[in-house]
Amino acid sequence: MNDELVFHFDVDGEDFTSAGQASVMVKKNLRRLGLSPEIIRRVSIAMYEGEINMVIHAGGGVADVKVMEDRIEIVLTDHGPGISNIDMAMQEGFSTATDTIRTLGFGAGMGLPNMKRYSDTMDIKSTVGVGTTITMTVNIQ
Amino acid sequence: MIFITVQNLCNNCGFEPLNIPFPNREIKGGYCGDLLSWVMGRAGEDNAWITIMSNINVIAVATLADVSCVIFSEGTRPDDEVLSVAKEKEVNLIVSPLNTYDTAVKISGYINE
Ligand SMILES: Nc1ncnc2c1ncn2[C@@H]1O[C@H](COP(=O)(O)OP(=O)(O)O)[C@@H](O)[C@H]1O
Ligand SMILES: [Mg+2]
Repeated sequence: MNDELVFHFDVDGEDFTSAGQASVMVKKNLRRLGLSPEIIRRVSIAMYEGEINMVIHAGGGVADVKVMEDRIEIVLTDHGPGISNIDMAMQEGFSTATDTIRTLGFGAGMGLPNMKRYSDTMDIKSTVGVGTTITMTVNIQ
Repeated sequence: MIFITVQNLCNNCGFEPLNIPFPNREIKGGYCGDLLSWVMGRAGEDNAWITIMSNINVIAVATLADVSCVIFSEGTRPDDEVLSVAKEKEVNLIVSPLNTYDTAVKISGYINE
Protein backbone atom coordinates (compact mmCIF):
# COMPACT_ATOMS: atom_id res chain seq x y z
CA MET A 1 0.00 0.00 0.00
CA ASN A 2 1.42 3.36 -0.93
CA ASP A 3 -1.66 5.48 -0.31
CA GLU A 4 -0.67 8.62 1.46
CA LEU A 5 -3.20 10.95 2.92
CA VAL A 6 -2.18 14.55 3.32
CA PHE A 7 -3.93 17.36 5.15
CA HIS A 8 -2.86 20.99 4.94
CA PHE A 9 -3.99 23.85 7.16
CA ASP A 10 -3.25 27.54 7.44
CA VAL A 11 -3.15 28.51 11.10
CA ASP A 12 -4.14 32.11 11.84
CA GLY A 13 -1.93 34.04 14.20
CA GLU A 14 -3.39 35.93 17.15
CA ASP A 15 -6.82 34.41 16.57
CA PHE A 16 -7.63 32.72 19.82
CA THR A 17 -11.20 31.97 18.89
CA SER A 18 -10.31 29.59 16.08
CA ALA A 19 -7.10 28.30 17.66
CA GLY A 20 -7.06 24.53 17.68
CA GLN A 21 -9.36 24.13 14.69
CA ALA A 22 -6.74 22.45 12.51
CA SER A 23 -6.19 19.87 15.25
CA VAL A 24 -9.92 19.33 15.63
CA MET A 25 -10.21 18.77 11.86
CA VAL A 26 -7.33 16.31 11.88
CA LYS A 27 -8.91 14.42 14.72
CA LYS A 28 -12.18 14.16 12.80
CA ASN A 29 -10.36 12.87 9.73
CA LEU A 30 -8.34 10.30 11.68
CA ARG A 31 -11.55 9.04 13.28
CA ARG A 32 -13.04 8.54 9.86
CA LEU A 33 -10.00 6.52 8.88
CA GLY A 34 -10.72 4.23 11.80
CA LEU A 35 -7.42 4.70 13.63
CA SER A 36 -7.29 3.62 17.26
CA PRO A 37 -8.49 6.13 19.88
CA GLU A 38 -5.08 6.06 21.56
CA ILE A 39 -3.25 7.05 18.37
CA ILE A 40 -5.82 9.73 17.59
CA ARG A 41 -5.48 11.13 21.10
CA ARG A 42 -1.70 11.31 20.88
CA VAL A 43 -1.80 13.04 17.50
CA SER A 44 -4.49 15.44 18.73
CA ILE A 45 -2.57 16.50 21.82
CA ALA A 46 0.80 16.83 20.09
CA MET A 47 -0.63 18.77 17.18
CA TYR A 48 -2.81 21.02 19.32
CA GLU A 49 0.14 22.18 21.39
CA GLY A 50 2.15 22.90 18.25
CA GLU A 51 -0.76 24.70 16.66
CA ILE A 52 -1.32 26.84 19.75
CA ASN A 53 2.36 27.70 19.88
CA MET A 54 2.21 28.99 16.31
CA VAL A 55 -0.79 31.14 17.28
CA ILE A 56 0.58 32.57 20.52
CA HIS A 57 4.31 32.73 19.81
CA ALA A 58 4.76 32.96 16.05
CA GLY A 59 1.88 34.89 14.50
CA GLY A 60 0.50 31.79 12.81
CA GLY A 61 1.90 29.29 10.35
CA VAL A 62 1.02 26.18 8.41
CA ALA A 63 0.37 22.60 9.48
CA ASP A 64 0.85 19.57 7.26
CA VAL A 65 -0.27 16.16 8.39
CA LYS A 66 0.63 13.05 6.47
CA VAL A 67 -0.95 9.70 7.24
CA MET A 68 1.33 6.87 6.17
CA GLU A 69 1.02 3.14 6.51
CA ASP A 70 3.11 2.91 9.66
CA ARG A 71 3.04 6.42 11.07
CA ILE A 72 1.49 9.86 11.10
CA GLU A 73 3.75 12.82 10.45
CA ILE A 74 2.92 16.33 11.61
CA VAL A 75 4.95 19.25 10.28
CA LEU A 76 4.38 22.71 11.73
CA THR A 77 6.09 25.60 10.00
CA ASP A 78 6.08 29.25 10.99
CA HIS A 79 7.96 32.42 10.22
CA GLY A 80 7.82 33.74 13.75
CA PRO A 81 10.68 34.91 15.98
CA GLY A 82 12.26 31.46 16.33
CA ILE A 83 13.39 29.77 19.54
CA SER A 84 16.79 30.92 20.75
CA ASN A 85 17.37 28.22 23.36
CA ILE A 86 15.56 25.01 22.49
CA ASP A 87 16.80 23.10 25.56
CA MET A 88 15.37 25.78 27.81
CA ALA A 89 12.10 25.95 25.85
CA MET A 90 11.72 22.18 26.25
CA GLN A 91 11.78 22.42 30.05
CA GLU A 92 8.47 21.96 31.83
CA GLY A 93 7.21 25.32 33.03
CA PHE A 94 9.37 27.50 30.79
CA SER A 95 7.23 30.06 29.01
CA THR A 96 7.57 33.50 27.49
CA ALA A 97 3.78 33.89 27.17
CA THR A 98 2.36 37.27 28.17
CA ASP A 99 -0.09 37.79 31.04
CA THR A 100 -2.92 38.32 28.57
CA ILE A 101 -2.27 34.92 27.05
CA ARG A 102 -2.00 33.34 30.48
CA THR A 103 -5.44 34.58 31.48
CA LEU A 104 -6.80 32.45 28.61
CA GLY A 105 -5.27 29.35 30.18
CA PHE A 106 -2.23 29.13 27.92
CA GLY A 107 1.39 29.68 28.86
CA ALA A 108 1.86 26.84 31.33
CA GLY A 109 5.14 25.97 29.66
CA MET A 110 3.93 22.42 29.10
CA GLY A 111 3.30 22.56 25.37
CA LEU A 112 6.65 21.40 24.02
CA PRO A 113 6.99 18.76 26.80
CA ASN A 114 3.51 17.46 25.89
CA MET A 115 4.50 17.31 22.22
CA LYS A 116 7.58 15.30 23.12
CA ARG A 117 5.64 13.03 25.43
CA TYR A 118 2.86 12.18 23.02
CA SER A 119 4.91 11.79 19.84
CA ASP A 120 7.38 9.03 18.99
CA THR A 121 9.85 11.39 17.36
CA MET A 122 10.12 15.15 17.50
CA ASP A 123 12.55 17.41 15.70
CA ILE A 124 12.79 21.16 16.15
CA LYS A 125 14.56 23.33 13.62
CA SER A 126 14.53 26.97 14.56
CA THR A 127 16.43 30.06 13.53
CA VAL A 128 16.00 33.28 15.45
CA GLY A 129 14.39 35.91 13.25
CA VAL A 130 13.54 33.37 10.55
CA GLY A 131 11.13 30.85 12.01
CA THR A 132 10.55 27.39 13.35
CA THR A 133 9.74 24.01 11.84
CA ILE A 134 8.70 21.20 14.12
CA THR A 135 8.31 17.68 12.79
CA MET A 136 6.64 15.03 14.90
CA THR A 137 5.73 11.45 14.14
CA VAL A 138 3.34 9.12 15.89
CA ASN A 139 3.72 5.44 15.06
CA ILE A 140 0.69 3.39 14.16
CA GLN A 141 1.71 0.19 15.95
CA MET B 1 -16.70 1.91 40.93
CA ILE B 2 -20.13 1.90 39.29
CA PHE B 3 -21.05 2.89 35.75
CA ILE B 4 -21.91 6.58 35.78
CA THR B 5 -23.14 8.67 32.89
CA VAL B 6 -23.09 12.41 32.40
CA GLN B 7 -26.85 12.43 32.89
CA ASN B 8 -26.58 10.46 36.17
CA LEU B 9 -24.12 13.00 37.41
CA CYS B 10 -26.39 15.96 36.69
CA ASN B 11 -29.39 14.26 38.25
CA ASN B 12 -27.61 13.15 41.40
CA CYS B 13 -25.19 15.95 42.18
CA GLY B 14 -27.36 18.99 41.62
CA PHE B 15 -25.45 20.15 38.58
CA GLU B 16 -27.12 21.99 35.73
CA PRO B 17 -26.92 20.39 32.30
CA LEU B 18 -26.05 23.26 29.98
CA ASN B 19 -25.46 21.33 26.77
CA ILE B 20 -25.71 17.55 26.85
CA PRO B 21 -25.53 16.04 23.36
CA PHE B 22 -24.26 12.76 24.85
CA PRO B 23 -26.20 12.13 28.09
CA ASN B 24 -25.23 8.46 28.18
CA ARG B 25 -21.51 9.00 27.90
CA GLU B 26 -19.69 7.23 30.72
CA ILE B 27 -17.63 9.17 33.23
CA LYS B 28 -14.39 7.47 34.24
CA GLY B 29 -12.75 9.56 36.90
CA GLY B 30 -12.01 13.25 36.73
CA TYR B 31 -9.44 15.98 36.33
CA CYS B 32 -9.37 19.43 37.92
CA GLY B 33 -7.42 22.20 36.22
CA ASP B 34 -7.51 25.55 34.48
CA LEU B 35 -4.18 25.54 32.66
CA LEU B 36 -4.97 24.10 29.25
CA SER B 37 -1.67 22.34 28.61
CA TRP B 38 -1.93 20.50 31.91
CA VAL B 39 -5.43 19.39 31.05
CA MET B 40 -4.31 18.37 27.58
CA GLY B 41 -1.39 16.37 28.85
CA ARG B 42 -2.87 14.86 32.00
CA ALA B 43 -6.64 14.55 31.79
CA GLY B 44 -7.64 11.01 30.89
CA GLU B 45 -10.07 9.88 28.25
CA ASP B 46 -13.67 9.99 29.58
CA ASN B 47 -12.69 12.07 32.61
CA ALA B 48 -15.06 14.71 33.90
CA TRP B 49 -13.02 17.92 33.60
CA ILE B 50 -13.74 20.47 36.31
CA THR B 51 -12.60 24.02 35.61
CA ILE B 52 -13.40 27.68 36.15
CA MET B 53 -12.13 28.52 32.65
CA SER B 54 -15.00 29.13 30.29
CA ASN B 55 -13.46 30.64 27.19
CA ILE B 56 -13.66 29.26 23.69
CA ASN B 57 -10.40 27.31 23.97
CA VAL B 58 -11.94 25.03 26.57
CA ILE B 59 -14.16 23.56 23.87
CA ALA B 60 -11.24 22.61 21.63
CA VAL B 61 -9.33 21.12 24.57
CA ALA B 62 -12.36 19.10 25.68
CA THR B 63 -12.79 17.78 22.15
CA LEU B 64 -9.14 16.89 21.69
CA ALA B 65 -8.54 15.43 25.15
CA ASP B 66 -11.68 13.29 24.83
CA VAL B 67 -13.12 14.19 28.21
CA SER B 68 -16.69 13.04 28.77
CA CYS B 69 -17.86 16.45 29.96
CA VAL B 70 -16.70 19.86 31.10
CA ILE B 71 -18.00 20.93 34.50
CA PHE B 72 -17.78 24.67 35.11
CA SER B 73 -17.34 25.16 38.84
CA GLU B 74 -18.28 28.21 40.95
CA GLY B 75 -21.39 28.63 38.81
CA THR B 76 -19.23 29.91 35.96
CA ARG B 77 -21.01 30.11 32.62
CA PRO B 78 -19.58 30.35 29.15
CA ASP B 79 -20.92 33.15 26.99
CA ASP B 80 -23.37 32.50 24.14
CA GLU B 81 -20.67 32.26 21.52
CA VAL B 82 -18.82 29.55 23.44
CA LEU B 83 -22.09 27.74 24.08
CA SER B 84 -22.98 27.76 20.42
CA VAL B 85 -19.57 26.33 19.47
CA ALA B 86 -20.03 23.63 22.11
CA LYS B 87 -23.38 22.78 20.56
CA GLU B 88 -21.86 22.60 17.11
CA LYS B 89 -18.92 20.47 18.31
CA GLU B 90 -21.18 18.36 20.52
CA VAL B 91 -19.33 18.86 23.78
CA ASN B 92 -21.12 18.03 27.04
CA LEU B 93 -21.20 21.09 29.33
CA ILE B 94 -22.38 21.18 32.93
CA VAL B 95 -22.52 23.95 35.53
CA SER B 96 -21.81 23.27 39.19
CA PRO B 97 -22.64 25.89 41.80
CA LEU B 98 -19.82 24.54 44.01
CA ASN B 99 -16.15 25.39 43.87
CA THR B 100 -13.75 23.00 42.15
CA TYR B 101 -12.85 21.10 45.33
CA ASP B 102 -16.43 20.68 46.51
CA THR B 103 -17.52 19.68 43.02
CA ALA B 104 -14.93 16.90 42.97
CA VAL B 105 -15.88 15.80 46.49
CA LYS B 106 -19.54 15.69 45.50
CA ILE B 107 -18.79 13.54 42.45
CA SER B 108 -16.57 11.26 44.47
CA GLY B 109 -19.29 10.83 47.09
CA TYR B 110 -21.78 9.88 44.41
CA ILE B 111 -19.44 7.48 42.64
CA ASN B 112 -18.55 5.70 45.88
CA GLU B 113 -22.11 5.71 47.23
N1 LIG C 1 6.60 28.20 17.27
C1 LIG C 1 7.28 28.91 18.17
N2 LIG C 1 7.90 30.06 17.82
C2 LIG C 1 8.60 30.78 18.72
N3 LIG C 1 8.76 30.41 20.01
C3 LIG C 1 8.19 29.27 20.42
C4 LIG C 1 7.42 28.46 19.54
N4 LIG C 1 6.99 27.38 20.23
C5 LIG C 1 7.45 27.52 21.47
N5 LIG C 1 8.17 28.66 21.61
C6 LIG C 1 8.89 29.11 22.82
O1 LIG C 1 9.05 28.02 23.70
C7 LIG C 1 8.43 28.32 24.96
C8 LIG C 1 7.86 27.05 25.58
O2 LIG C 1 6.79 26.55 24.77
P1 LIG C 1 5.68 25.66 25.45
O3 LIG C 1 6.32 24.53 26.16
O4 LIG C 1 4.65 25.32 24.43
O5 LIG C 1 5.06 26.61 26.56
P2 LIG C 1 4.03 27.83 26.44
O6 LIG C 1 3.45 27.81 25.06
O7 LIG C 1 3.04 27.54 27.49
O8 LIG C 1 4.82 29.07 26.70
C9 LIG C 1 7.40 29.38 24.64
O9 LIG C 1 7.05 30.16 25.75
C10 LIG C 1 8.12 30.19 23.57
O10 LIG C 1 9.07 31.05 24.15
MG1 LIG D 1 2.69 26.12 24.22
